[in-house]
Amino acid sequence: MNSVGVIMLVHTALGRAEQVARHWAAGGCPVVIHVDRKVDRRTYNTFVKALSDLPDVRFSHRHACEWGTWGIVAASQAAAETLLGHYPDVRHVYLSSGSCLPLRPVAELKTYLDARPDTDFIESATTADVPWTVGGLDMERFTMRFPFSWKRHRPLFDAYVNLQRKLGFKRRIPNGITPHMGSQWWCLTRRTLTAILMDTDRPEYDEYFQKVWIPDESYFQTLARLHSKRIESRSLTLSKFDFQGKPHIFYDDHLQLLRRSDCFVARKIWPHADRLYEAFLTDADGRGKMAEPQPGKIDRIFAKAVERRTRGRPGLIMQSRKPNEGWENGVTAGRYSVFQGFADLFEDFNDWLVRATDTRVHGHLFAPERAEFADGQTVMSGALSDVASVRDYDPQAFLINLIWNTRGERQCWQFGPADKQPIGWFIAKDPNAQISVISGAWAVPLFRSGKDFAELRKEAAQLQKVEAEFLNSLRSPYTKARIRIWTMAEFIESPMEPLQTIIDEIGSKRITRLTEAPRMTDLKGFGQFLQNLKNQGMHPYLMGDFPIDQDPVPTNTLTRKPYLVR
Amino acid sequence: MSWRDTYRRRLMRKRYLIRAFRKRRELSVVADRTSAIKPGDILLFSTQRNEKIRLPYFLKYYRDLGVNHFLMVDNDSSDGSARYLGDQPDVSVWRTGASYKRSRFGVDWLNWLQFKYGHDHWVLVVDPDEFLVYPFCDTRPLRALTDWLDASSIKSFSAMLLDMYPKGRIDAQPYQEGQNPLEIASWFDAGNYTYKKNAFFGNLWIQGGPRTRIFFADTPAKAPALNKIPLVKWDRKYAFISSTHMMLPRGLNQVYDEWGGEKASGALLHTKFLDTFTVKAAEELTRQQHYAASMEYKAYAEQLKDNPDLWCRFSEKYINWRQLEILGLMSKGNWA
Repeated sequence: MNSVGVIMLVHTALGRAEQVARHWAAGGCPVVIHVDRKVDRRTYNTFVKALSDLPDVRFSHRHACEWGTWGIVAASQAAAETLLGHYPDVRHVYLSSGSCLPLRPVAELKTYLDARPDTDFIESATTADVPWTVGGLDMERFTMRFPFSWKRHRPLFDAYVNLQRKLGFKRRIPNGITPHMGSQWWCLTRRTLTAILMDTDRPEYDEYFQKVWIPDESYFQTLARLHSKRIESRSLTLSKFDFQGKPHIFYDDHLQLLRRSDCFVARKIWPHADRLYEAFLTDADGRGKMAEPQPGKIDRIFAKAVERRTRGRPGLIMQSRKPNEGWENGVTAGRYSVFQGFADLFEDFNDWLVRATDTRVHGHLFAPERAEFADGQTVMSGALSDVASVRDYDPQAFLINLIWNTRGERQCWQFGPADKQPIGWFIAKDPNAQISVISGAWAVPLFRSGKDFAELRKEAAQLQKVEAEFLNSLRSPYTKARIRIWTMAEFIESPMEPLQTIIDEIGSKRITRLTEAPRMTDLKGFGQFLQNLKNQGMHPYLMGDFPIDQDPVPTNTLTRKPYLVR
Repeated sequence: MSWRDTYRRRLMRKRYLIRAFRKRRELSVVADRTSAIKPGDILLFSTQRNEKIRLPYFLKYYRDLGVNHFLMVDNDSSDGSARYLGDQPDVSVWRTGASYKRSRFGVDWLNWLQFKYGHDHWVLVVDPDEFLVYPFCDTRPLRALTDWLDASSIKSFSAMLLDMYPKGRIDAQPYQEGQNPLEIASWFDAGNYTYKKNAFFGNLWIQGGPRTRIFFADTPAKAPALNKIPLVKWDRKYAFISSTHMMLPRGLNQVYDEWGGEKASGALLHTKFLDTFTVKAAEELTRQQHYAASMEYKAYAEQLKDNPDLWCRFSEKYINWRQLEILGLMSKGNWA
């Protein structure tokens, strides 16, 4: 019995359409083909002749089908009338296109529909509920006029829409029908389809929908709501759209994915996907499988593609992704930690940090001579060079590259007023940066260097000025990094607590409580050193207040928390 | 962008087209099979000089991808490559003894051939040592890509130059005719590139890789450009400006997204650094026919004398396009 009939709307790749038509016919489905009027006479005749050996493949009156216009609906109507008129025992009509490919044996589709004789499969939702309208036109599709082609006369199209918006123009929707939209590929019962085509108000509906934009997504979807006994609001045709509203295309490498989807028909297939056509059109007879279509996996792949196209990978700059400022969706690819002053104050800070966390710990990445990569290496992940001139050619790119190349491994590095400063503002604005500063600690190496005092004084003034500027940028309202600043005097009073906080925030899996402190430099005489600077007319203030006589006592030992009693 | 700049670009484009038209006289036909070109064919344009040893694999690689016709300019070769090309059924060949430098490194010649034969075709412009990879190139032919680009109304496709090199001395493994050069030069730098916008032409200017790391470490600003737009749906109004690095009209250079997303892109695997390179570098130095007074070749010659090894601990070994996509060197965009 011919319980299912197929309509095919065809405009290109006629050879493929012929193959598919033969497949449907062989499965016992009558086929009515509509060929776009834009296909020239000769090609059309050859096509008709090629299929002339099949009695149950017919051709319907041809309409010109331009995307987004009434022609496609007129074509579907004409084909449906032909089909229903010639094949009285057809119960379900399946609307498909020339680039659709049946994925399951025809018998399975028949069994599936036989089990649901009264169900109309048509995606149909009110305008308020669909997120996928292109061009921002949803309800306006139904209340405006669209005499200009969107594809060929876009400026006119847009101008006329804007004019109607300005004038507050609104068309009346006939008989108070509620506009619904959905995928243009449906499978309707004879009952519903006949009711739509024979409706006494059809001339009025047709006239109205002729001026609706993209009526093929709303004509049947709206009218089915009036007549159907039972609507399943989904399409049996697997069809995915990208962010511009054009259909995703299936290729040979989608074969397994399509097989596992259990969908009945997929659209749209690349005409040269030989393996797909071969695999699905030569399938054995129906295995009588009653599986429900599972388009989920394919959905995910295409949703990911749209996400990649619209949001991209955070922290990646590349040949086809160069975001304007503010549109990066993450300037860098991951969290990193910047330490200023710690390596000055503690003798073995880097080694200690390596032991305390499972991060990669670099020295001063922006040192004037070279980038001090971890373990004294001269190149880093991604073949990043340590040469200062290469790094300084584009310091931001250097850092962005480093963080991108080491995704999954947190990077820590030292910074200081003796380093190249241009990167300072960049890290201050980066939410991925954790910046911890012990201000004034740059004075410690000066104090221990024993250099000529006049020279030291000059250097100290310079370093203090640079650090003060950096601190200012860290305190700016545009700053987005996680920032902690201690004066040196503050810090050495109880160093373990701040260190614990920083380590906790890094979130190392290795340890939960610090058991070992980094070794603090001997600061005997540091107060006097600062006083000497003052006496020379320099004003060291970033390190906080150090009494001259009372040298700070490094608290190297861990004070066990008293309440932690086991 | 001011109207003045728009006008300047327009004049510039016209000037380059006129220039290409004048330079057509420098080309003489060796083999003209262009009558075999059918509408919709994918055409490959290339200039070559003494690359006989590379040509067999080059032609095979692009035939396998689905290039329908090759249009080649032979710049005064002495190794029989013009004859070899002339014997191929799908290649049209022109010969010229004129100056490579004064034809702006072959751009004028190719602009002319593209003007004449490329209109309304997808046109691929590559050198014999450049191999295009694009998303899904192992399962989908070039036609799948160009059909998708057509359907998406995209007219130009970016593929940055990725310099490939061997591990060890670059002259350690001699290249054999017909061999896949990636068997020898299979390493590349994965993440040391810089990207700057060119305000006038609107293209990205990409630098970095082993050439910056080794040859131009002291003067990275002078390192060669790696941005390329080798695949274009050609119109006779178009003109390449500087190699395939940038072109006019300006919109064709907009192959990158500025609002956070990723457009689809590929890579040109550049297999320049084989044993053939040392000889070539020495020769090019005496010919002085290359960009910026052949500065690039001077730098190469200097470096390669002492230590002809471009490999480092963090070099990446090439596997396939998916690896390049994961590393962020190219992107599928919304092609899935």
